[in-house]
Amino acid sequence: MSSVLYDTPGPRAKRRNVILSVVFVVLLLLLAWWVWTALDDKGQLEWSLWKPFTQSDTWTTYLLPGLGETLKAAALAMVIALPLGAVFGIARLSDHRWVRGVAGTVVEFFRAIPVLLLMLFANEVYARSTDVGTENRPLYAVVTGLVLYNAAVLAEVVRAGILALPKGQTEAAQAVGLRKGQTMRLILLPQAVTAMLPAIVSQLVVIVKDTALGGVMIGFTELLSERATLAANYANVIQSFVIVAIIYIVVNFILTSFASWLEKRLRRSKKSTGAVLGVDDIDDINAGEVGGGFATGASA
Amino acid sequence: MFDFISDYDNPTLLGAFWMTVKLTFFSGIGSLVWGTLLAAMRVSPVPLMRGFGTAYVNIVRNIPLTVIILFCSLGLADIFHVTMGASDFKVQGFRLAILGFTAYTAAFVCEAVRSGINTVPMGQAEAARAIGLNFTQTLRLIVLPQAFRAVIGPLANVLIALTKNTTVAAAIGVAEAAYLMKQMIENEAATLLIGAIFAFGFVVLTLPTGLILGWLSKRLAVKR
Repeated sequence: MSSVLYDTPGPRAKRRNVILSVVFVVLLLLLAWWVWTALDDKGQLEWSLWKPFTQSDTWTTYLLPGLGETLKAAALAMVIALPLGAVFGIARLSDHRWVRGVAGTVVEFFRAIPVLLLMLFANEVYARSTDVGTENRPLYAVVTGLVLYNAAVLAEVVRAGILALPKGQTEAAQAVGLRKGQTMRLILLPQAVTAMLPAIVSQLVVIVKDTALGGVMIGFTELLSERATLAANYANVIQSFVIVAIIYIVVNFILTSFASWLEKRLRRSKKSTGAVLGVDDIDDINAGEVGGGFATGASA
Repeated sequence: MFDFISDYDNPTLLGAFWMTVKLTFFSGIGSLVWGTLLAAMRVSPVPLMRGFGTAYVNIVRNIPLTVIILFCSLGLADIFHVTMGASDFKVQGFRLAILGFTAYTAAFVCEAVRSGINTVPMGQAEAARAIGLNFTQTLRLIVLPQAFRAVIGPLANVLIALTKNTTVAAAIGVAEAAYLMKQMIENEAATLLIGAIFAFGFVVLTLPTGLILGWLSKRLAVKR
């Protein structure tokens, strides 16, 4: 194998690579052994601490309802943020300077603010100025925070999707006599949405990760806060973190894989002339990100 | 109108934002170093190192930052007594948060740096070898300068995201901006004003970073 950094290995390079591999394996094994003994010293490997996860009521009482809330908040946020983002994305491309200006300011403003601040703020506003009950308030606040932030990110995605279409599409639409609104609605937007699909799916990863903030900071009963209740019952802090992290990894890995599968499929079937906006094209990471994702969300 | 701000001295408003800046600064340096090391592994000729780098990035990227930060405090500190050499609780929280941010952000730095190396066309290295440059010379004179210039934009995005992500440290009691905002907003009636103050603070922190580094990345980009 050859790359910009190294040539196809000859006999000496091959030998060196073998030595490097062996050294690296030894280092990894040392690290694993160190972690294992540290766990053992603190009695964290005892079966009684892991056993709850083999029992079905641990899952039906804590983890699955928590995961359900996490996914519910993420789905709601996505469904609301998408049309909102589309409106702002299109507004940023408006012919009228003031529409462009206002939409641009709003989008840049919400992109610059951490999701956590938006959630805290929404939570307080709901508590003081609305009659949303204390039971629903955390969900409302989490979804509001996620919508405000992600609508701004999605607006950029929509804008990029429309700009990625060849100019000839607009010209042809005008040539057959379509008006501005018709061109956008009938020609540009459908193509842009197809091109954006992978980027939209990967933004979901960011949203799923960000729901965890609501659990810690405003008492939303999602997966991470259900973990706390679970660990309080069985005194298995480390174990519950490991299992919850694995659940997040699996869910997000499925989303990421789906996004890149979609991207490959769209690139292969050359139905549109425009570019496909891929998983890595959202230039923002959040972590739940607060997150966002330069690659897949980052945010936190 | 702004009277209530002086009621808060632990931390003060400026102190809270200064904490945000400090968290960003140290985590930024940490993740730049660890992320570059990871990127080096991911492009190395040794398959095992590539595998480790790939696994690290895919695993860490898919865990919420909140989970990582909370684990640092509840898992590492409480159970394994990892104190990061700190004597009091506050310093310990600060250092644990930096550890968590570094571990998380490094995955994104790694991807940015790797994509930078990938932008350098193979022909550049082939030409370098053809005129007789050795590996170190190729790397130092041809590949890395082009890679770094390509990577300023993506790294700026990582830095901005990190700045916003430091608010998660409030979850383990580090007295930064989000921590203070939560206190203020719960105690004062001026919800909108407090929201505006903190929003403004973050706009001030992130907007210039984006503008300066964005301008720099356009100026330094290798035109192909």
